[in-house]
Amino acid sequence: METLYVICVGVLTSCGVYLCLRGRTFSVVVGLTMLSYAVNLFLFSSGRLNLKDAAILGMSDSYADPLPQALTLTAIVIGFAMIAFVVILSMRARADLGNDFVDGNEPPDTRKLIKPNRDKI
Amino acid sequence: MTAHLVILPIIIPLLGGLLMLLPPFAGPEKYQYRRVAAACLILAQLICSIVLMLSVITTGPTLYAVGDWQPPFGIILYADLLSVMLVVLAGFLGLGVTIYSFSGIDRDGKYFHPLIQFQLLGIYGAFLTNDLFNLFVFFEVLLIASYTLLMHGEGKQKTAANMHYVILNLIGSSLFLFVLGTLYGITGTLNIPDMAVKVAQLSPSNQLIAQAGGSLLLVVFGLKSAMLPLHFWLPRTYAAASAPVAALFAIMTKVGVYCIFRVYTVVFGEEAGALANMIQPWIWPLAILTLVLGTIGALASTNLRILIGNLVLVSVGTLLIAFALRTPEATAAGLFYLIHSTLITGALFLIADMLGQQRGKALDYFVIARKIKQQALLGILFVIAAMTVAGLPPFSGFLGKLVILQSATNTDERLWVWSIILLSSLATIIALSRAGTTLFWRYTKSNQASQAHDISKWKIGGAIVLLGASPVLSLFGASIVEYTNNAAAQLHDVPQLIELMNLKGDAQ
Repeated sequence: METLYVICVGVLTSCGVYLCLRGRTFSVVVGLTMLSYAVNLFLFSSGRLNLKDAAILGMSDSYADPLPQALTLTAIVIGFAMIAFVVILSMRARADLGNDFVDGNEPPDTRKLIKPNRDKI
Repeated sequence: MTAHLVILPIIIPLLGGLLMLLPPFAGPEKYQYRRVAAACLILAQLICSIVLMLSVITTGPTLYAVGDWQPPFGIILYADLLSVMLVVLAGFLGLGVTIYSFSGIDRDGKYFHPLIQFQLLGIYGAFLTNDLFNLFVFFEVLLIASYTLLMHGEGKQKTAANMHYVILNLIGSSLFLFVLGTLYGITGTLNIPDMAVKVAQLSPSNQLIAQAGGSLLLVVFGLKSAMLPLHFWLPRTYAAASAPVAALFAIMTKVGVYCIFRVYTVVFGEEAGALANMIQPWIWPLAILTLVLGTIGALASTNLRILIGNLVLVSVGTLLIAFALRTPEATAAGLFYLIHSTLITGALFLIADMLGQQRGKALDYFVIARKIKQQALLGILFVIAAMTVAGLPPFSGFLGKLVILQSATNTDERLWVWSIILLSSLATIIALSRAGTTLFWRYTKSNQASQAHDISKWKIGGAIVLLGASPVLSLFGASIVEYTNNAAAQLHDVPQLIELMNLKGDAQ
């Protein structure tokens, strides 16, 4: 189970990092969402993974650490609010700046710059 | 009441900010009510934090266990000389900003005053808490308030700057959570002094993980404090923000610096066994490069607000140098410089805004524009602020830089610290005198100046409150340096902190 868990967190994180490095706000927002999912899973695993232990004392012989669960809940709530904010902000940026690039200006079309314009030759 | 004094600076802006969202204060036409409430709240916070400061001076550091869960399990608020000093500083900055915003800037959006309160709540909380996850929560509080405050007023460049700021800080928050997961996973605690106890006892394989976590934490705090490779967002963001917001942001980088001081002195400090002073090799070059880059940026700036943004970088670099020296004396010197630089950069942002208001479309760009109407008044304010920030006597900047220079003791340190700080001061003087010459003495010959409005009394008042602190700082220099010496000694005395938290039993 640990291997599967590790692979999940790793894939989510690397996808999130890749998407955050993109130029358009949509992919960046999706990337941020993935990062926050990955981090929630990671936080949850910091109290070790347990399949059958309750997080309450006296319910079973051994018990799971309840603190990471509380931390994850807090992180989910905060992450949710932040993602909601960044979605609204990027819509506002799309309206204000006239494009959906993170930098606020559209990069020049490199193909047009490099290729000679054949009609004129 | 006195038992709960520690939490009052957090409770007052929280409840006050929420109250201001409710009917008697809500609505665009009720701005007068909100102003009165904001003034009362900020004064109440300031009084509470000063009373707290006095009680900490007389009775020593105070613990406040939220919900009476004793350390290491509950969330602990911890008021020592350092954190109380910073809370008072934040409150004072908030006072200046609030007064300045009464001139009408607060009417651009109806949530200005509540948001300022929430921002202050986050700042106070970050200074007072002694629990890493709680620190994360307060970071988020101050960040979400700062995201919205940054959008206050109109302008496309605000949206563009805010986009970068928000995305960067969201990535920073994710990193922070990764760090917390890592550190909690191997130490089993989030309480800062308890973590210091646990880190010293780690097995060699776990030490590696703790080192990874600790280094990542430096990235998080570096982003907040605008340390070198993570500083690119700062000048543009601060230049885009409206003046009172930018002035309040002057303390946000200092929150990051404070966290570096706290965490890397207590958790990864002298007592951390194999991990003692683990970021030392990194922080030296980063501090010096931040200072150098800030100085170059100041020389290359095209308008006054970007110039001030770069001066914020210079102050961060200087503070990190004070941290890198790793002696209580250097920390004390850094703390004095921190008070001075926060207040003066705040005042400079306000002055830049007043200058821009009287120069028409040219704003604060270094171009020839119409003459400033109230040239004498603004000129005097600017000269005092420029002399203070560049570190010329008799103002507090001189004293701040002097104590940092004095705290470098061995020859190698002296060579680096003296040359870099003095050269950067020289460059700052050049940049500021060039800016002042263009802004005040080069103007067109037309008579358009009379069209500009006079500057509101509130604006001048707010700027004078912040600027006036500088001569006071140098007048009472000796007692303030003594105070910061005590604060630094308290910060570096980790065993005493662990004893106070009653964690000795755990350690064995």
